[in-house]
Amino acid sequence: MTLITDVRTPVRIEAVSKVFGRGADATVALDNVDLTVEEGEFVCLLGASGCGKSTLLAMIAALDEPTTGVIDLGGRRTAVMFQDANLFPWLTVQGNIELALRFSGVPRSDWAARVRELLAVVRLPGAARKRPHELSGGMRQRVALARSLAQEAEVLLMDEPFAALDAITRDALHAELERIVRERGLTVIFVTHNVREAARLGDRVLVMKPSPGRIVHEERIDLPRPRQMEDPAVAVRAGLLRDELETQDAGTEVQG
Amino acid sequence: MSAVTDRDAAARPAPAVRAPGRAAEATNRGRALLLGLPKRLLPPVIAIVVALVVWEALVLTGWKPAYVLPDPPTVFARLFQMVGDPTFLGGVATTMTRGIVGYLIALVIGTAIGLAVSRFPFVRSAIGSLLTGLQTMPSIAWFPLAILFFGLSEQAILFVVILGAAPSIANGLIGGVDEVPPPLLRTARSLGAHGFDLYRLVIMPAAFPAYLSGLKQGWAFAWRSLLAGELLVIISSATSLGQALSFYRQLSDAPSLFATMIVILVIGMVVDRVFAVITNGVRARRGLGALRS
Ligand SMILES: Nc1ncnc2c1ncn2[C@@H]1O[C@H](COP(=O)(O)OP(=O)(O)O)[C@@H](O)[C@H]1O
Ligand SMILES: [Mg+2]
Repeated sequence: MTLITDVRTPVRIEAVSKVFGRGADATVALDNVDLTVEEGEFVCLLGASGCGKSTLLAMIAALDEPTTGVIDLGGRRTAVMFQDANLFPWLTVQGNIELALRFSGVPRSDWAARVRELLAVVRLPGAARKRPHELSGGMRQRVALARSLAQEAEVLLMDEPFAALDAITRDALHAELERIVRERGLTVIFVTHNVREAARLGDRVLVMKPSPGRIVHEERIDLPRPRQMEDPAVAVRAGLLRDELETQDAGTEVQG
Repeated sequence: MSAVTDRDAAARPAPAVRAPGRAAEATNRGRALLLGLPKRLLPPVIAIVVALVVWEALVLTGWKPAYVLPDPPTVFARLFQMVGDPTFLGGVATTMTRGIVGYLIALVIGTAIGLAVSRFPFVRSAIGSLLTGLQTMPSIAWFPLAILFFGLSEQAILFVVILGAAPSIANGLIGGVDEVPPPLLRTARSLGAHGFDLYRLVIMPAAFPAYLSGLKQGWAFAWRSLLAGELLVIISSATSLGQALSFYRQLSDAPSLFATMIVILVIGMVVDRVFAVITNGVRARRGLGALRS
């Protein structure tokens, strides 16, 4: 009974701080961050490198713990994707996805069918027997996406997953991600340092600044979907986000 | 070699780099075909021919009398006789059996120690540096102790073979576990891997290539220790390669001595090739380049 009510509650990040190191060498990677993400929402964390985006995402994924503050996922499970696909090189594409199924407790008898279905979802139907090194960067990220989806997590955490891809491949993967997220009703927290990507993908963009890492601005992107990178409306929003990233530098000076 | 290089080149989006490589390969292939040999056999064949010529030249200078330094035809004639001789083949079998038994025991012990050290920090601080120390210890230094313990016996030889091989095997495994890329571990954890499954399904397979090189190095140490042992620990009931060496020296039978050494060399090379084929197969499946040895 609590499960049903829990799933309706948002993902809550309250007064989260993260300090690496001690004493004079301590780095305040995140300072008192508050964030609420609604069920089914696509949120982008935007900021220059070093502002604590990856640190925040790792803590939401429970790969790291906050120094202070609370992260409440409302009983949801998370799946993570990184800039590098991190596929296991000794396994085929099929083996990689099966390993995720195994760790998620899916019975072995269901693996083959699930792998086929997931590869169809990421549009790589013929790749099951390929090895990671035989795939292009874009195909590897598709497999990584399929592997994340295999976990049947409600929250998808993505840390600059397309940053290393060429623009054409990235555009294609944006479209796939948008479609899959809508079809599955996923909640997404997506880290990027690219203003256009944030405006292209997000329902909401949170602009972050470093030293100490914090959220300084929130921009709602209420544009219809599916969107395109080159939509003029996306470009306008990207421009606004860029302004925020730049003007906040002055704000930091005043504050500090 | 060509298969792996081609695949590597295909993964890189750099046709400009690839084209000259292809051209050079084509010319090489042409040259090898001229001599009627597959390309990969050409360099070793040349090396062998050069070695034989140098050897023959050395004989012709008269640097050493013929009964000390025989010429290649004499040695190879003797070699062909020996490989048909049941006593000699029995010796080869004795040596190989000792090597394989010792190596397999070392494999079990080394793997168990490697697992324990890589898994438990306490074990690592207790014996981690000792293992590296043992690896650098010349195995021949163990023989006096081994003979004191076990007498001139099979056990003495086995003891030293195991001590020679096990540290390398353990260290290969430990190094492999230590060098599993952190992003891979993080990904595995985010997929829900933990405990024994993380070890069995992620860490062990990731460490496997390093473990294989430990196995290969372990064999090299086992083989060296074994022949040293057979020279020192003469067990009269069993002929062996090491015993043959010392026997032929006593008889001043240089052709037999040379032929025996060629057999020892060839066995070492064959085993090395077996390891190389396995290692490179594993590496190729992971998209890693072949190790040349
Ligand atoms: N494990 C760590 N140890 C020490 N400092 C860290 C560690 N991880 C991150 N940091 C520091 O925290 C800050 C934020 O890092 P990160 O979250 O990686 O930023 P981003 O992903 O936005 O580029 C940086 O100053 C970085 O140096
Ligand atoms: Mg980062």
